Amino acid sequence: MTEATLIQAVNKALHHAMKVDPDVLCLGEDIGVNGGVFRATEGLQKEFGESRVLDTPLNESGIVGMAVGMALYGLKPVAEIQFLDFIYPAFDQIVSELTKFRYRSGGQFPAHVVIRTPYGGGIRGGLYHSQSTEQLFASTPGIKVVVPSTPADAKGLLLTAIFDEDPVLFMEPKRIYRTATGEVPEGDHRVPFGKARIVREGSDVSVFAYGSMVPTAFQARQVLEKTGIHAELVDLRTLVPLDVDAVVRSVEKTGRAVIVHEAPKFCGFGAELAAILAEKALYSLKAPIVRVTGYDTPFPYTLENLYLPSVDRIGRAIQRTVAAG
Amino acid sequence: MSAAASRTTTDLPEPSLPDPDLLKVLRTMALARAVDERCMNLQRQGRLGFYVPLEGQEAAQVGCAWALQPGDWVCPAYRELAVALTRGVPLRDILNQLYGNSADLSKGRQMPNHYGFRQHRFLSASSPIGTQIIHAVGLAYASRYKGEKVVAVPFFGDGATSSNDFHSGMNFAGVYKAPVVFFCQNNQWAISLPREKQTHSSTLAIKANAYGFPGVQVDGNDFHAVYRAVKEARARAVAGEGPTLIEAVTYRMGPHSTSDDPRRYRTPQELATWKARDPIERLKSELLARGVFSEAQFESLQEELRSMVQKEVQEVEKMGPPAATSLFDDVWASLSPNLEEERKEFEELLREGVIRP
Repeated sequence: MTEATLIQAVNKALHHAMKVDPDVLCLGEDIGVNGGVFRATEGLQKEFGESRVLDTPLNESGIVGMAVGMALYGLKPVAEIQFLDFIYPAFDQIVSELTKFRYRSGGQFPAHVVIRTPYGGGIRGGLYHSQSTEQLFASTPGIKVVVPSTPADAKGLLLTAIFDEDPVLFMEPKRIYRTATGEVPEGDHRVPFGKARIVREGSDVSVFAYGSMVPTAFQARQVLEKTGIHAELVDLRTLVPLDVDAVVRSVEKTGRAVIVHEAPKFCGFGAELAAILAEKALYSLKAPIVRVTGYDTPFPYTLENLYLPSVDRIGRAIQRTVAAG
Repeated sequence: MSAAASRTTTDLPEPSLPDPDLLKVLRTMALARAVDERCMNLQRQGRLGFYVPLEGQEAAQVGCAWALQPGDWVCPAYRELAVALTRGVPLRDILNQLYGNSADLSKGRQMPNHYGFRQHRFLSASSPIGTQIIHAVGLAYASRYKGEKVVAVPFFGDGATSSNDFHSGMNFAGVYKAPVVFFCQNNQWAISLPREKQTHSSTLAIKANAYGFPGVQVDGNDFHAVYRAVKEARARAVAGEGPTLIEAVTYRMGPHSTSDDPRRYRTPQELATWKARDPIERLKSELLARGVFSEAQFESLQEELRSMVQKEVQEVEKMGPPAATSLFDDVWASLSPNLEEERKEFEELLREGVIRP
C-alpha cells in the first residue's frame, strides 16, 4: 500500500499492465514524450519504448480505429482520448465498429479496446473541456462504462478493464485527479465490474453518485449527518454493467433516492436509475425520486460552479427528500 | 468488337503467372460471376433479401487477392466476393451468410455480403464507408509488433477516399510505416455520384503523395497489372519500406445493390464501353489466343460452375434461421446480467406464443 493521487493510480495501473503483459500497448495524443497532458502516462514511453507507447497524429477516429485493428489481432490496446469532449470524431469507430465487431461476426472477431478519457467539469475548461456524456455510451450495447472515484478504484478498475474481454470506456474524473488521494494496493490489484461500493451506510435516504460527484455527495452527506439525517452513499463505479441489486437493495432499506451526476438531467444516466427503481422498488419508496444534475444546457464557462451539483444543492435535495415522506 | 478480342497474339501481355495458375484465376473469376448472376436472380425472385453485385470488378479483386499470402489480413468492404473466393472461403459459408441461416458463421446478424471469416483473416465487413481502412493499420502494426511478416489490405472504393478513415488510415500508416497495401477499386460510381464529383484530384492514386508514400494507378480490369502491382507493394511492405496505395481503375457493371437503379444516373453508352472491357472476357481471350484453352472448354466451365452454384443454393435454402435466443449472444464475452434478464423475459414470450420464431 502506498499513498497516491487518482492520476498516479492510473499511471500505476498502466505501468503494471505493461510490465506483466507485452500485449498491452498505449496510444494517444501527447502520451509518449510528454507523458500525457495530465501526466497519466508519465514515464511509460521511456520504460517500454516507442513501439508500445505511441504518440499518435491528431485524429481521434484514427486512434480508436487503429486500436480496434490492434485488438482484432489480439493485442490489448489502451487508447487515450485527451478529453471526452474530443471523442466525437471517434464516435463512428466506437458505435459502428468497436461495439459491433463481436456481435456482427457471430463471435469470430472480438475487439477488446480500453478507451481512457478524462471527463467532467470544475477545471475552468468551458464547453469543450468539461462535458459528461456517459449516457451516449451507456446506451450503446457492447461497451462497458467505468467511472472510478478513488485512487484505489482507479487502479483496480483500470486493471480489470485492461484484462477484460469487452470494450471499455474508462472515464477519469479529471477534477479530482490530484485532490482524490488514498492508499493504493501494490501489484495486481483488481476491482470487479458491476459491484457498487457503499461509501457510507445510512438508513434515511440512498444517494447514488459516480466519479467526481462521489466526494461532493460525500461532503453533503457528512454535513447532514450532524443534523441527524443518515444518508447511504452508493458509488456506482461501473454504469455498464450496473449493480442493479445494490441500487435496489439500498432503496428497499432507505425508501428514498437522490441521484447525482454532472451530465444534463434529460435522458441522463439518472433517468435509467430512476426507471429501474420505478420498476423494481416502487413499493419501497416513501418519497419521489430526486435527481441533482447538470442543467439541460451546454456546459458553461464562467458560471460552471453554478451549473455543477454542489454540496449545498445535493444537501438541500437530500433534506427535502427525507422531509417529503 | 472488344479491345481484347482485337489484339493479335504478339500484342498479348507478358503473363504474370504460369498457364495452369491463370486457368485457376479465370475459374475463380468465372465462379464469382456465376454466384453474382445467380444471387441477383434469387433476389429478384424474392428468395434472397438483398444483394451487392461485383460484376466487372473480378480482375481487380482476384488480382489483388492472388498476390497475398494466407497470413495477410483482408479488411473488406461489402463488395468483395471474389476476394473471399480467392482466399479459399468455401462458397457454402458465403451463401450461408447471404441467407443469414443457422449455419451462417456470423449467426444471421448482418445484411447479405457483410461477411467475415476469421480462419481466412477476412474481417467482418460493416456498412459505414471507409471505417475498415484504419483497422488495417492497427492489424498491420500489431502483426509487425508480433514479428509476423504479413500485410493488411483494406479494400474500398472511390467513394471511400472522401471518408474520414481514409485520411486517418493513410496518415497513420505513413507515420508508422505500417505494412499496409491500400487497395482502392475505383469503380467510377459511389451509388449515384461519379468519380469526378467525388474529388477534384486528377487521380485517386496521387493522394498517396500527401501521406509520404507511393500511389500507383493500374488498369483494374487487367489481372496481370493488378497482380503485379499488389505483389510489388506487398514486397515493399514486408521489407519494411512502408505502405502503398493502389488505385485499380475498374467499373461496377451492375447496380450499387439490388435496391439501386443505375439507369437514373448513367448512360447505356457508358455501360457498353465498359462491357467491352469485361475483365473475364479479357483474360479468357488471352488464354484462347495462346491456345491454352478453347471456347468450348470455357463454356463447359461456366456450365459446371453454374450448376455447382445452383446445388449449393439448394442446400443452403434448406437451412432454417438461427436459434431465437442467439439474439442475445456475442454482445459481450459472456451474457451480462441485464441481458440475462431480457433473455428470460424473451423465453417467456416464446413459451406463451406472444412472439414466434
